[in-house]
Amino acid sequence: MASSHHSDEKIPAIKLTAVQYLVALVLVILLSGLWRLQVLGAQSYRALAQANRVRKVPILGARGKIYDRDGRLIVDNYPSVTCFLVPEQAHDLKADLPLIARGLHLDVEQLQNTLYHFRHQPKYQPIPLKEDITPDELAFIAAHGNELPELETIDEQRRLYPSNGFAAHLIGYVGEVSEEMLDDPRYAFYQPGDMVGRSGIEEAYDPILRGQDGSRDVIVDSHGRELGVLGTEPTVPGTPLKLTIDLDVQEAAEKALGPRSGAIVAIDPRTGEVLAMVSHPTFDPNDFATRIHRDAWNKLITDPDHPLLNKAIQAQLAPGSTFKIIEAIAGLQEGIAQALTVDCHGGATFYGRYFKCWISARHQSHGITDISKGIYQSCDVYFYTLAEKLGIGKIAEWAHKFGLGEKTGIDLPNEAAGIMPSEDWKMRNYHQKWFAGETISVGIGQGATAVTPIQLVRAIAGIASGGVLKRPHVVFPDEIPPAYREYYKEQFPGSGDKIVPIDPANWEIVTDAMAQVTTFAGTAGFAHLNGIDFAGKTGTAQTVSNEYKKNAGGGSVKLRDNAWFVGVSPRRNPEIAVVVLWENGAEGYLSARLAAQVIEAYVDKQRRMDNNLHLPTENRTANGAASSAPIATRAQPEKSAQKPLEMAGLWNAAAGSPSLYPGAHEIPYGPGTVLRGARFPLPAFDASSMRQRKTRRKAAASGSGMR
Amino acid sequence: MRRLISFRDFDWVLLGFVLLLSVVSVLEIYSATLHTKFIHFDQKQILWLLGSLVCMFAFSFIDYHLLLDVAHWAYGFCIVALLAVLLAGQRVLGARRWIRLGSIHFQPSEWVKLVLIVAVARYFSHLAGRNLGWGDIFKAMAMVGVPMLLVLKQPDLGTALTYVPILLCGLFLGGISFKKAAILVLAGGLAIIPVWHKVLKPYQKQRLVSFLQPDNDPRGSGYQIRQSLIAVGSGGIWGKGATKGTQTQGDFLPIPYTDFIFAAFGEEHGFVGAALVLLLYFLILMRLIQNAQTAADLPGTLIIMGVVAVLIFQIAVNVGMVIGLMPVTGIPLPLMSYGGSSVLFTFLALGIVMNIRMGRFVN
Repeated sequence: MASSHHSDEKIPAIKLTAVQYLVALVLVILLSGLWRLQVLGAQSYRALAQANRVRKVPILGARGKIYDRDGRLIVDNYPSVTCFLVPEQAHDLKADLPLIARGLHLDVEQLQNTLYHFRHQPKYQPIPLKEDITPDELAFIAAHGNELPELETIDEQRRLYPSNGFAAHLIGYVGEVSEEMLDDPRYAFYQPGDMVGRSGIEEAYDPILRGQDGSRDVIVDSHGRELGVLGTEPTVPGTPLKLTIDLDVQEAAEKALGPRSGAIVAIDPRTGEVLAMVSHPTFDPNDFATRIHRDAWNKLITDPDHPLLNKAIQAQLAPGSTFKIIEAIAGLQEGIAQALTVDCHGGATFYGRYFKCWISARHQSHGITDISKGIYQSCDVYFYTLAEKLGIGKIAEWAHKFGLGEKTGIDLPNEAAGIMPSEDWKMRNYHQKWFAGETISVGIGQGATAVTPIQLVRAIAGIASGGVLKRPHVVFPDEIPPAYREYYKEQFPGSGDKIVPIDPANWEIVTDAMAQVTTFAGTAGFAHLNGIDFAGKTGTAQTVSNEYKKNAGGGSVKLRDNAWFVGVSPRRNPEIAVVVLWENGAEGYLSARLAAQVIEAYVDKQRRMDNNLHLPTENRTANGAASSAPIATRAQPEKSAQKPLEMAGLWNAAAGSPSLYPGAHEIPYGPGTVLRGARFPLPAFDASSMRQRKTRRKAAASGSGMR
Repeated sequence: MRRLISFRDFDWVLLGFVLLLSVVSVLEIYSATLHTKFIHFDQKQILWLLGSLVCMFAFSFIDYHLLLDVAHWAYGFCIVALLAVLLAGQRVLGARRWIRLGSIHFQPSEWVKLVLIVAVARYFSHLAGRNLGWGDIFKAMAMVGVPMLLVLKQPDLGTALTYVPILLCGLFLGGISFKKAAILVLAGGLAIIPVWHKVLKPYQKQRLVSFLQPDNDPRGSGYQIRQSLIAVGSGGIWGKGATKGTQTQGDFLPIPYTDFIFAAFGEEHGFVGAALVLLLYFLILMRLIQNAQTAADLPGTLIIMGVVAVLIFQIAVNVGMVIGLMPVTGIPLPLMSYGGSSVLFTFLALGIVMNIRMGRFVN
């Protein structure tokens, strides 16, 4: 016991006092730390705590619905739920995968691929697993909230477009906003991941159609589990839009063009209202409403028939003989054509080169031809001669007056301008002198001349209206909310509304001749409509040179001529004008029959309405009045019942409705076939395209003419 | 010689402060576990407190000189126990800290602290009156260093660090000269480099790094510090009220009933509440130092001061961590954090203190 406890040594009191001070100091430091946080920093930390526990759950605003001119629904919305996975919230993601796959009806492998694809993004960012999930799958997610906290859902209103690509180019589609768009001040309101109109009306009128997203402030714990709701900020739905489109005319145009590649546009020349706009082949915009599958996308962009291109406003093609109407007005107004008669022997020589008339292919000739016969018989020799007398300067001047080679200013995105060649134009673009022989080719709508269907129908309808040209548009100007009117005034530059004075006598000569076209005497006698004043002009535009065609074997569908027709009804001051472009349709009169179907549908409807026999919305579906079955017997009557009756056939949801144009996807096109003569889009100048054009000019100069 | 023991000399004031703090602790554990699967941990804590209280009274009857006499045996047993933990311990969350005897789990590293306090007190009281030579200093360092390395090996940096103040306190009160102290501080500074590279585990380094830059990695290691700061800061002056802390109740604050209990308390009771708790600690520590001053002999003083050193160190490191002044080390807050071992250590230490106090008028 001698060891430890007999020391009487004491620790100096000062040392213990030092420890006391040290303890006090430590506690004072801690206290000051608390002061800094809890008194000085309280406000900012409170904000952080709030941000921690309150999560803004976005509620997506619905886009405005789109209606036709009679108020019939074209584009609807439907509620849809998307399932996301937040990797951070998972207990054991790998172990959960089989269960998730089973519940969402996905492959485990597919699921792993998705996760692998997003492996580099932060763990707290949601990964979209499946869009448009079914009620079953939603119930699965709700029931497994505790086991699978990583699954989250978001409600939204998705676009429901007409099925089978009905009016797809006109309407456009919505897609996720792209990086480039976010830099554009027009899209300042958008956040990455938002849906935005990417084409057609959806793009052009996006500011109006777009809804405002709301949000719900939810109290959550650190695992994202909802503990309560603080408040909600309501969504503002987008403004509905009424189009000038008449579903009946649109449907007639869709059916008329059918499986053919090309475009049809019907306008009301009195106002410029577009009644129908069709471009085929088409695509299903519903594919874009969910994230489009890569294969489907690749198929769309590599298809030589350019299904994503709205040919009605973007195809730039030689107008062929339809151009003769413009030239005829030019010749008459310049006082040359009235007295001009030619003797057609199946061709004529200009500037030392022989130019054939189309009739020579039938071993016939037109004989003595005046302006009227020149139009309804489409005599090339007559218009070669007229072109020679007018000169390229006057031709180009008159063509420009009628808006050829310029944008029309239609309220749709990415309208093409086309080309109206002239001496100036050639010098500007190619630094070459104009050859007189080129004037002869331009006289029958060949050469470098390239127009869009909308341009062509506006020009010819303008002539039939006595020189009154209107800016084509698909939305009634007074439908645009006042706040946007200024904006939309400058949004679509083009030749717009204008009046080109035409002598009434000349007007009568041309319009009467156009009316002759659809009689037995004209080039489109097959398209005659009994009891309807139907006037127009055919055009058969070469796409390649005759030599090329011969060398290639001549039989290929792709090398056939483009068939044009521009028709109006009635012949003077028409109520409707229709342009038909049938690519590789071979003969203009074939297009005339397609135009006749559209005109007939329109006139029938007007007469019915005048006689009050039917209201336009009654018992009609977009698939046609002669729709196969009554709506009540459709496969999913309860779904159809949610839709307006008259449109029930338009949606995918209404399963079992027949395709608008059976066989539309059976057009044979081999790999590597190139659509010749068409410029998608206007190519930058290069030597090869110049060569191509030269070939074509040569072809026009030496080959058979156009009718 | 049998000494007189009387409850009149029992430090009721100290016990009062300690029990008051324990009540605060139980209430906060209740609040912090209310919406978690650890609900009812407050009741378990009460049982631990009651058991520890009994142990404290029991210990207060054991003459601390007896403890001093068996200190070397106890020390040897500790080394064996720590080795046993390393070789056969239960692995929990990647670390071997627990040893199982029958159905009882021990975490020897906690009560090794107590043994070290007594052993260091005994060592330095032997040296009393002499100037400490380098040999004495190295012996003391080895005495604390061996168990410390064993605990570090578990790995349990936090507990290992709590052994340091025992050594420092012993050296300081044992009479180290200013010159030697300065040399030691310098050497310690230089030792940081090899320790960083060889001894610390990657996660321990990560904790230190994220302490320095908590915003660099808001979802990883920095998360705990960040959430803790938000909890304390958002408490403001008066706090959000018991069971109303959004950080605590929303499970944003990590382990709010053990290591981060002070953050939970600070959030729910604000600056006023937190300052009152610090005041209670101040009173307890002052009372302990006072007892050390009046202790009958040198070892008594050294033991109490060892307890003081451990307590103030743990308070500084834990509260410092919670308010962002210290890195995350996993040291519990004595008398506040949930946990039987911690409570037991504190009350056993108090038992010894009581015994020392009751024997103060012996000579």
